[in-house]
Amino acid sequence: MRPLVIAEHQQQTLDAATLSTVTAAQQIGGKVDLLICGENISSVVDQAAKIEGIYQLLVADHVCYKDQLAENTSKLLLTLSENYTHIFAAATTQGKNLLPRLAALLDVPQLSEIIQIIDANTFVRPIYAGNALATVQLEEATILATVRSTAFDAVPFCDDQAVIVYLDDVHENDLSRFIAEDLSQSDRPELGAARIVVSGGRGMGSGDNFSLLNNVADKLGAAVGASRAAVDAGFAANDMQVGQTGKIVAPELYIAVGISGAIQHLAGMKDSKVIVAINQDADAPIFQVADYGLVSDLFESLPQLEQLL
Amino acid sequence: MKILVAVKRVVDANIKVRVLSDETGIDMNDTKMALNPFCEIAVEEAIRLKESGSASEVIVVSIGPEKSQEQLRTALALGADRAILLQTDQVIEPLSVAKLLAKLVQEEQPELVILGKQSIDSDNNQTAQMLAALTGRPQGTFISQLSVDNSAIHITREVDNGLQKLSLQLPAVVSVDLRLNEPRFASLPSIMKAKRKPIDRRSAESFGIDLSPRIKHLKITTPAERKSGQLVASVAELVGKLKLEAEVI
Repeated sequence: MRPLVIAEHQQQTLDAATLSTVTAAQQIGGKVDLLICGENISSVVDQAAKIEGIYQLLVADHVCYKDQLAENTSKLLLTLSENYTHIFAAATTQGKNLLPRLAALLDVPQLSEIIQIIDANTFVRPIYAGNALATVQLEEATILATVRSTAFDAVPFCDDQAVIVYLDDVHENDLSRFIAEDLSQSDRPELGAARIVVSGGRGMGSGDNFSLLNNVADKLGAAVGASRAAVDAGFAANDMQVGQTGKIVAPELYIAVGISGAIQHLAGMKDSKVIVAINQDADAPIFQVADYGLVSDLFESLPQLEQLL
Repeated sequence: MKILVAVKRVVDANIKVRVLSDETGIDMNDTKMALNPFCEIAVEEAIRLKESGSASEVIVVSIGPEKSQEQLRTALALGADRAILLQTDQVIEPLSVAKLLAKLVQEEQPELVILGKQSIDSDNNQTAQMLAALTGRPQGTFISQLSVDNSAIHITREVDNGLQKLSLQLPAVVSVDLRLNEPRFASLPSIMKAKRKPIDRRSAESFGIDLSPRIKHLKITTPAERKSGQLVASVAELVGKLKLEAEVI
């Protein structure tokens, strides 16, 4: 077995989702390689070289990979693919953007959001918003999959240095062009990796009222999430959405405030260890998955909660 | 500009599906079906581009059973000009869907192909990216904004840490996210009118593409249910339980 993991990073730091993806690849067995693409990424390379159990660290450091767009990154991967039995990427917007494009170039199918590895050819993945689990098997020269990071622990770092191999393949991209990005600035932990998540729904009533949640989150060192209803209503940014088509989280503690608990939202958080629901409507479906439910007006209970923490 | 939109017939988003007791699949008996919500947004965007004068024709295509005509009629009632059904009773994997769509792209030569980012049944999120690769076109995935220039489109993508703006050369393929638009309701006259619009029915098997599944489904199971919890009477009780019982804070 020879798995390759495609790393994700924000120019300076390696993303936590990559560490979970490496764990998944190590379960396949054999020597795991890691590919990092970008420009001026030496600090990411330094971090990645100390990931435990990485055999080779492939580095494509060139201006053409600066924006990590799928059109040319997929071509670079195409030249590497024949060396590998498996290619994994995190099931992030980056991984989901890139891996299917590579799959089509290779003429192989791709598995999305695997949550369990049974053997090198057999995997489990959720379908129907997590209301069913499919155990799937495939025989392909290279097996491509995106990995749900909440289903695998992060691989630790160590003192050993992986072998670094610099790739000098240049694949220009004349199809798409990066214009700008508008990234969320927050001092709070990242939603996907936070130990505690506090989420608000339509019941929050307005974007301003999210400050009540933020105050509680700051006391707990928690990340702040939102239901689709709250994002659609403009109360919260799209990158805060937890659910089937947003982010999947599985923290130690998930506090759902003013969230009714639609199937699509539950898909994004029901693997949390402890779930708390605060809602005025005692019949809200969120209470069916909550370990602790509090039927109350959130405008009274949130300030109280902030005080008691 | 000609626009091709692909749509899928799926279990209605409000239905909580049940797994068959023999673990071979989902209970589809009498299950309410609908147009995949993301596909509906894709259709709406194409129609808006036509209404604003950017597009000249909107073609919708679906790949699936005969009954997918219902979803094509919905798209026609929303304002699409004509429809194509590539009929098959097989379950078609995303790579095969992309190959079939690539054939249609070759025939119809649309400058823009708009798809939903994922279908809410198989939750794959692959087809647009695969189609873009097979047709050698740029891809704009998970978009929440789209504007058309002469030879390019400008898009905003919803990414994990915020928003990303890209410019794509036409012809291009995009997949839409939830915030791109809010689909209209079809009016009664447009539903009546849609009944007279043409649906070109062809066999999906007639394209000479091997559509047989490459991913074997060994079993479909129900995930472990969460045990129902307890109601607490006050915020103080909640904090106490979280500290002493659950030990998470």
